[in-house]
Amino acid sequence: MNERMRRFALSVLSAVVALAAALVILAIVLTVLGVDPFEAVAALFNFGETPRAQSNQIRAWINRSIPLFLAGLAVSVGFRMNLFNIGVEGQYRVAALFAAWAGAAVTLPKPIHISYIIVVAMLSGAAYAAIPAVLKVTRGVNEVITTIMLNSIAIALTAWLVRGPAVRADLPDNTNPSTEPLPESARLPGFTWIFDMFGLEPPSRPVNGFLWVAIAIGVVVAVVLRSSRFGFSLRASGLNLTAAAASGIPARRMVVQAMLLSGALAGLIGLPQILGEVYVFGDTFTAGLGFAGIAVALLGRNSPAGIAVAAILFAFLDRAGPSLQREGIPPSVVVITQGVIVLTVVIVNEVGTRMVKRSEERRAGGTQAAPPPSGTTPPASPPAAEVTA
Amino acid sequence: MTADDPAAPAGPPATDGGPPAIELRGITKRFPGVVANSDVNLVVRRGEVHALVGENGAGKSTLMKTLYGMHQPDEGEIIVGGEVTRFRTPTAAIAAGIGMVHQHFMLAENLTVLENVVLGSEPRRGVLLDVGGAERRLREVSQRYGLKLRPHRRIEELSVAERQRVEIAKVLFRGARVLILDEPTAVLVPQEVDELFGNLAELRREGLSVIFISHKLDEVLRVADVITVIRRGTTVATVTPAGTTPRQLAELMVGSELPVPETRESTVTDDVELRLDGVSLAPPDAPALLRDIDVTIHRGEVAGFAGVEGNGQSELVETIVGLRRPTSGTVHLGGADITAWPVMKRREAGIAYVPEDRQRQGLLLAAPLWENRVLGHQTSKLLSTWGWIRRRVARADTVRIMAAYDVRAPGAETMAGALSGGNQQKLVVGREMEGAPRVLVAAHPTRGVDVGAQAAIWDRIRQARHDGLATVLVSADLEELIGLSDTLYVLLRGEIIARLDPAEVTPEVLGSYMTGAASEQEAS
Repeated sequence: MNERMRRFALSVLSAVVALAAALVILAIVLTVLGVDPFEAVAALFNFGETPRAQSNQIRAWINRSIPLFLAGLAVSVGFRMNLFNIGVEGQYRVAALFAAWAGAAVTLPKPIHISYIIVVAMLSGAAYAAIPAVLKVTRGVNEVITTIMLNSIAIALTAWLVRGPAVRADLPDNTNPSTEPLPESARLPGFTWIFDMFGLEPPSRPVNGFLWVAIAIGVVVAVVLRSSRFGFSLRASGLNLTAAAASGIPARRMVVQAMLLSGALAGLIGLPQILGEVYVFGDTFTAGLGFAGIAVALLGRNSPAGIAVAAILFAFLDRAGPSLQREGIPPSVVVITQGVIVLTVVIVNEVGTRMVKRSEERRAGGTQAAPPPSGTTPPASPPAAEVTA
Repeated sequence: MTADDPAAPAGPPATDGGPPAIELRGITKRFPGVVANSDVNLVVRRGEVHALVGENGAGKSTLMKTLYGMHQPDEGEIIVGGEVTRFRTPTAAIAAGIGMVHQHFMLAENLTVLENVVLGSEPRRGVLLDVGGAERRLREVSQRYGLKLRPHRRIEELSVAERQRVEIAKVLFRGARVLILDEPTAVLVPQEVDELFGNLAELRREGLSVIFISHKLDEVLRVADVITVIRRGTTVATVTPAGTTPRQLAELMVGSELPVPETRESTVTDDVELRLDGVSLAPPDAPALLRDIDVTIHRGEVAGFAGVEGNGQSELVETIVGLRRPTSGTVHLGGADITAWPVMKRREAGIAYVPEDRQRQGLLLAAPLWENRVLGHQTSKLLSTWGWIRRRVARADTVRIMAAYDVRAPGAETMAGALSGGNQQKLVVGREMEGAPRVLVAAHPTRGVDVGAQAAIWDRIRQARHDGLATVLVSADLEELIGLSDTLYVLLRGEIIARLDPAEVTPEVLGSYMTGAASEQEAS
C-alpha cells in the first residue's frame, strides 16, 4: 500500500512540475511571438460576458472533452502493448460513416436503436483496425506505416461513399453531401440539469448525452485493463513480449486483440456528434480527433483517469480558440500550448520514472544488505562444495 | 586425479625480453550478489597468442570487459607495457593499443569495408575525409597481416569469415598492439578457422599479442602459445600446449573435484511423466537445431542435459515448454500427446518453466512483484476467477512466496526490476514451484545467485523430486548437473551423443563429452 501511495504522490507531483514548466516555456514562446502572455492566459480563462455565453462555453468544453477522451482511450489501448495505432483517425471516420448510414436505414425503439448504432460503430472501427493487425501478425508489417496509409484511404473512402452509395436521397441543392439523417428514434437526448444544479443559466443547446456512455466505457476499460486476465495479458505483453510468450500469452493474438479493441473504441469517437448533434455523417465531419487522441493518451500516461484529465485540459484549451481570436491573439496559441504541455509531461514523466526506479532500487538494495542468510536458508547439502582448487 | 596446480609457470614463448604487453594482477570484480572475477592474474607477452579458456559463465567475458575499459575492477591492477593504467572507457583502452573483436560483429551492412574500418576514427585532411590516405593505410594493414580485404566491397556481400577479418582490420587500423578475440571460431567453418589461425600467426610474427577466448580445446591447443584456464571467476592455471593434454585441460576447466557423494536413494519411479520421441527441430534453410531426440523422464527423476552453450539446450527447453514446435517427433506429458499444445495449455497441465534468462523471459521488470507472481499463472484457480485476476489473493500469495523463498524486497508492490539478480531468480523459482507442477523445466536455475540461495534452490528441487516431480535440468554448472541429476544426457550439435550415469561420471569426463573429445563407445 505504502508503495502505491508513494507512486501516486510522485505521479501527481510530476504532473504539477510539468504544468509549471509548460507555463514558463509557453510564456517565453508567447513573448517571442509578440503576444503578452498574461493577456493570452487571461483570454484562455475568459468564458464570455453574459451568463448565457459562459454556460455555452462550459457546454462546449464538456462536449469537446467527450470525443477527446474516447480518442485518448482508443490510442492508449494500443500504447499499452507498444502498438502505435496512428490510425484512430481513419478508424473513427469509417466507423462514423457506417454508423450514420446503418442507423438511418432502420427504425427501432430508442434504446435498441442507439445501442445498435454504437455496436455498428465499434464493429466498423474494429474491422478497419483489423487490416493493420492482420498485416502485422501475418506479414510483419509495421502498424505505424499501415495505419498512417489507411488514414488516407479512410478519408478518400468515406468521401466517396458519402457522395455515392451512402448519400441521402433528398440532398438539397448547394449543400455538402451527407448520409440520410437519423430518424427520431436514434437521436440521443442531451441534458442541461447540471447547469441548474450549479445555479447557472442553461446554455442555448444541451450538453451531449453521450457523456454518460463515454464515462461508462471509460470505467469498463479501466476495470478490464486493471483487473481482468485480458488486461493483465495486454499489459504483460506490452512490458515484455518474450516473457509474456514464455508465460503462455500468445503474442500474435494479443496484437490482434489490442488492435481490435483500440479500433472499436476509436469507432465511438464520432458518435457524440452523430447521435447528439448533427445526426448525419457529412463531408464536413470533424477531423483530427484521432491525432489529438495520441497527445491525450501521452498526456494521460495511458491510464483512463489520466486520459480523462488530459481530455478535459485539451478541451478547455480547444474551446478557448474563438475567444483568443476575438482578443486578436492568434488561435494557434492553443495548439502551441497543447504541444508544450505534452512535451513537458512526457519529459518530466520520464525523469520521474527514473527517479522512482532508483529510489526503489535503493530500498530493495537496503534489504539486500541485510546480514547473510545463515539461519534463514535450510542447511542444505549442496552437490558440490565451493571449489578450493 | 591429476593435480590442479595454480602455480604452474607459464612456459615463455619465443618473444623479446621486454615487459609483458599486458599484465593483470589480482583483478576482482563484484556485481550485486555475485563475484564475477576474483583475484585473476594474467600475463600476456609480446608476440604471443594467449588463450583464455573456461566454461560458460566462468568469468571470461567479465575479465575481458574489465581489460577493455567497459567497467572498472573493484580490486587489482592492469599493467600495460610496464605501466599501471586504468581504463575508464573502451576509448581509453583503444588509445592504449588494446582492441576487441566481439563475437557478434558490429558492422554497418550497407557500408563498404573501408567505410566500416574508418567509422569512428576517420582520418581527416582539413575538414574532409582523407579517403585516399585511409584506403592506402587499410591496404597496407590488409597486406601486412594477410587479411585479403578489398576496401570497396560492401559488408553485405561478404562471408562471415571476411566480416571477421574486417573487424580485425578495424582494430589494427586503430593501432592495436593487443587483440582480444572473443570466441572467434564460433561462427566459422573448419577451413575458415585454419585461415584465421594463419592470420593470427602473421599478427604474432609482427610482435602483436592476441588474447584468444574459447572453450574449444582442440583449437586452443593448436593455436595458442600459452593457455590460461579460468574457472568460477578465477585463474586456476597457466599451461603451455606442449605440456598439457586435452584431457588435462578439460579437467582444469571443469575442476577435478567430485561432487560431495550423496547418500540418497533414488526416487525415480516407473511412471513416465514426460516423453520425447524422435523430436527434431530443423528450420528449412538452416542446420538442424535438434536431431532425433528420444528422452523419457519418469516421476521423481531429474534428467540433466549437459552441453556447451549453443548445442541445442535452449531449443530443447523451448520445445518442451511449447515455445517451439518440433518439425518432427512427438512430446507426451503423462498419457497425453502435447506436441501441438500452446504454452498456456502446457502450463495449465503442469509444466513449470524456469527460463535461462530471467530478465528477458521470466519477468516484467517494470511491474510489481505480485504481477510477476501472476505471470504464467494468470489462469490458475488460485489467482483468477471467471477471467478476472484476484489481485488481493495474488498480493498475499506473493508475500508468502517471498518469505518461503527468501526473496528480499520491501514488499509485493516493489518493482521486479529493483531486485538483485539472485532475488529475482528466487522469485521465479518460487513462482514456478507453486501449484505442484508435474514437470519442471529448469534452465540454469542457479545462474547468478549466491551460494546460500543456490543451496536453497537445490533443496527445493530435491524435495519436489522426492514428491514425484519430473525435472528437465539444463545447466552450465557441471557439478550442479552431476549432483542433482538421476540421468545425464550430453547434447552436441543438437544430438544426444551420450547417456551417462551421474554416479559414475566425473566433471572432466562430462566435459570431454561436451567438447566432443570423448567418443561414443566410451559411453557407459
